[in-house]
Amino acid sequence: MQYRRVWAFVSIIAITATLACNSRADVPPVSVVPESGAAAGGGGGTTGTSSVNGTVTIEGPAPMAETIRMNSDPVCVKEATMTDTEYYIVGDENGLGNVFVYVKEGISGTYPAPSETLILDQAGCRYDPHVFGLQVGQTVQIVNSDPTLHNIHATPVVNPEFNTGQPIQGMTLDRTFDQPEVMLPFKCDVHGWMNAYVGVLPHPFFDTTTGAGTFDISNLPAGDYVLEAWHEMLGTQTQNVTVADGETAEVTFTFSVG
Amino acid sequence: MPVIHYFDLVGCFSMPWLHQYTRLLAAASLLLITAGGLVTSTGSGLSVPDWPNTYGYFMFSFPLSKMVGGIFYEHGHRLIASIVGLLTIGLAVWISRIDSRRWVKRLGWTALGAVILQGTLGGITVVYFLPPAISISHAGLAQLFFALIVSLAIFTSKGWHSRYDQRPPLNDWILSRLALFTPILIYIQILVGATMRHTDAGLAIPDFPLVFGGLWPPVWTAGISIHFAHRFGALLVATIVCAIACHIFYHHASRRELCRPALLLSSLVLLQIVLGGWTIWSEKHVVVNTAHVTVGALVWVTAVSLALRVHRESFAANEHQHRDSQLETVVTHSEAQA
Repeated sequence: MQYRRVWAFVSIIAITATLACNSRADVPPVSVVPESGAAAGGGGGTTGTSSVNGTVTIEGPAPMAETIRMNSDPVCVKEATMTDTEYYIVGDENGLGNVFVYVKEGISGTYPAPSETLILDQAGCRYDPHVFGLQVGQTVQIVNSDPTLHNIHATPVVNPEFNTGQPIQGMTLDRTFDQPEVMLPFKCDVHGWMNAYVGVLPHPFFDTTTGAGTFDISNLPAGDYVLEAWHEMLGTQTQNVTVADGETAEVTFTFSVG
Repeated sequence: MPVIHYFDLVGCFSMPWLHQYTRLLAAASLLLITAGGLVTSTGSGLSVPDWPNTYGYFMFSFPLSKMVGGIFYEHGHRLIASIVGLLTIGLAVWISRIDSRRWVKRLGWTALGAVILQGTLGGITVVYFLPPAISISHAGLAQLFFALIVSLAIFTSKGWHSRYDQRPPLNDWILSRLALFTPILIYIQILVGATMRHTDAGLAIPDFPLVFGGLWPPVWTAGISIHFAHRFGALLVATIVCAIACHIFYHHASRRELCRPALLLSSLVLLQIVLGGWTIWSEKHVVVNTAHVTVGALVWVTAVSLALRVHRESFAANEHQHRDSQLETVVTHSEAQA
């Protein structure tokens, strides 16, 4: 009988230890940003006087925005200032907003994380901004501006997953990400319609398109680069671009619906 | 041989009340499974990030006004689970006090152990962001617990004590085997379904009853394989249920205690297949998707119930021995009083 008890105790310890070791936090880091010079170079990253700017457009009629039913939380119904989906933000001349444009290849050296803290606000049961960029090691402060509960649930592939409750209005949560990852989704499981995306990069050369579909990546050193544009519904596109010192290259991405 | 009746077994009124209590617990367990189905169907599994607390509140003091969005489903599931847990403690204690059959007592304590383990698995799956292995185990154990409670409801019923074993023996080898394999097959099908659900493969094959417009997937991925296995499993379950129902209606039409669950099982399987197809056509509508979970659980426990009734004779010898010892105790007690 004593042996049985000992074996039962050992089994419980073994099962608990196995579960603890299987947590998502132990997933080995595998960067999804390929061939980043920051990872390979090791020297200090430089900035320059070149720029890449341009426009992202959509070809064909974009699907109409749908109205989000927020009835599951009366506070959201009261607080919401915008209830349309943000999948397709289309401006004049078919400019497409909320597209994350970044230098995918061609950057060498390492770039220290800026001290500036970015704010991801939960206001009116929406994330603001919906799409944004962040440098590795830079702090993002997640704020609950709503008088209702939110949980902030990041579901990365490379960085550690986290899920934290913010039950009180005004609560903040500071987070940094140690590995590059494009894109890293956030969601609120309380309000299923709330989602946001952050592109985490080892350098500062990225931008999110405005409502008119324009972007501007400045302070680039002269060189040859691969630029990628990411949209949450339409996927990605890449283009090669070459810029000389002091010059500005114009790039246009065109996404097609369907 | 003197017969001890249902009411005499352990004292007047106790066993019937225990039976009604167990039925109540079985209903609460089905409600709990439905609530769990709602949690996954609405994607609310992580809407309460902490466990066992809820947003820092002690579970039972969490304000009802804050049960909004996904919290309504997840916290509601936890509350119902707590009630089921408390009822199970009561069941285990009640059985141990009034039912003298040792194996039934053991089942009562096993149910309590299962519900504790189930709660722990539920907590682990939240803390570790719903790892499929834990979530599938949580779903699988829920069905085992439900079957255990339904079985206890049968073991404490009047029919089990006084009716079924008064009938002539079945002496039907085929029925005996079919009744054994049917719940096993259904349980495997439930585990495959849980795997499909927790790996998000519910729409991996987007059409029904065809498969990508044909009978066979043109490509195989993990999701498509799991989904296809679930459909193939449904075909096997439908076949074996059809076989056992036809066998009972043809060979044992006079046995109401077998015909009724066989008819119910056939009807539920038909409904379950319709709900499975409807889940795909509706692109996993919350109500339809959850109903598929609930009816699946009913199919499973109906098959278990049928198997127990078919194998009632196997329990008879054990219970006769038990009754003899009970009678001896009563007689000794009466003599002592005289």
